[in-house]
Amino acid sequence: MIRPTRSHPAWIGFLVHRLSGLALALFLPVHFWALSRAIEGEAALDRFLAWTEDPLVKASEGVLVVLLAVHLAGGLRVMALEFLGWRARQKDLVAASFGFALAVGLLFALHVG
Amino acid sequence: MEGTLTVKVARSEGPVEYQVPARANQTVLDVVSYIQRELEPGLAYRYACRVGMCGSCAMTVNGRPRWTCRTHVAKVARRGVLELAPLAHLPVLRDLVTDMAPFFEKWRKALGHFRPREAPEGEIPDFALIPPASPERQQADAGIECIGCGVCHAACDIVGWNPDYLGPAALNRAWTLVNDLRDGAGAERLAAVAGDAGCHACHSTQSCTAVCVKGLDPAAAIAGLKRRIFWQDPFGWGGG
Repeated sequence: MIRPTRSHPAWIGFLVHRLSGLALALFLPVHFWALSRAIEGEAALDRFLAWTEDPLVKASEGVLVVLLAVHLAGGLRVMALEFLGWRARQKDLVAASFGFALAVGLLFALHVG
Repeated sequence: MEGTLTVKVARSEGPVEYQVPARANQTVLDVVSYIQRELEPGLAYRYACRVGMCGSCAMTVNGRPRWTCRTHVAKVARRGVLELAPLAHLPVLRDLVTDMAPFFEKWRKALGHFRPREAPEGEIPDFALIPPASPERQQADAGIECIGCGVCHAACDIVGWNPDYLGPAALNRAWTLVNDLRDGAGAERLAAVAGDAGCHACHSTQSCTAVCVKGLDPAAAIAGLKRRIFWQDPFGWGGG
């Protein structure tokens, strides 16, 4: 159960920002590995690209897009808070950053296939 | 409200359960006082004013730090149960009493005391004329009502992760003084709060603002300090 001192939107926003950042950091080596397939030659890259057409890989790509969007929106929210002193309606800003990520994820899903 | 209230108190020797009569308009401090007067004279707790001015009666109530003299039992009891513990992130002296010395030591480290501005060379010091409605004074007033209860300090995760972190109350005090035009120690104070355990350690989780009993916004104060320090030397050319 979430601690009572943490059950407010800004803390959830912090948690999601931190977890998405960690997940993206863990993905980064995989991303570089994928790019390195191009150095191995055209056949290796094509094999890899064919594998990415798998529905399961496409679904994880969607998750990745949502993670990127939520991390970007959360980061912009914190920067607005710290650099612009934008304090009003923090709850709405957290909700808007999650909404942005969801919208980006849906947009990505529309373009798949 | 009628019947009995089950109160679980995290005493120094271990958790103890008490049955207390439930009454209308009862505060958590009333309940603790009842236990001490009627059931357990040895129970240690702290209070002074009972009207939300002194900030000495704060403790953890059902997992959340609160000022007990202004917290109604009806608002916080869960199925007739109250769980009381001392404030988090501070050494426990006995039962519900914490040692506030480390908390106020952080105020001292953040240069949380007023230092009057020196008069220009050759001039006689005079009263500073600052209209209360001026934006500068309004900014200083925003956080001035802090009563030093330690509730925000207890709710702050960063204090839990890094005990050296100055914490929201001390930083709120520093920001209040930085905005006070009568104060002359601004630069020194900004340097005092710019270290690893200072304002930059804050992750903007904003729990301090969520729990502040006076409705202050320490998270905004910390953001203000970060901003002020950043614009002093945005590119790091100051050699700081």
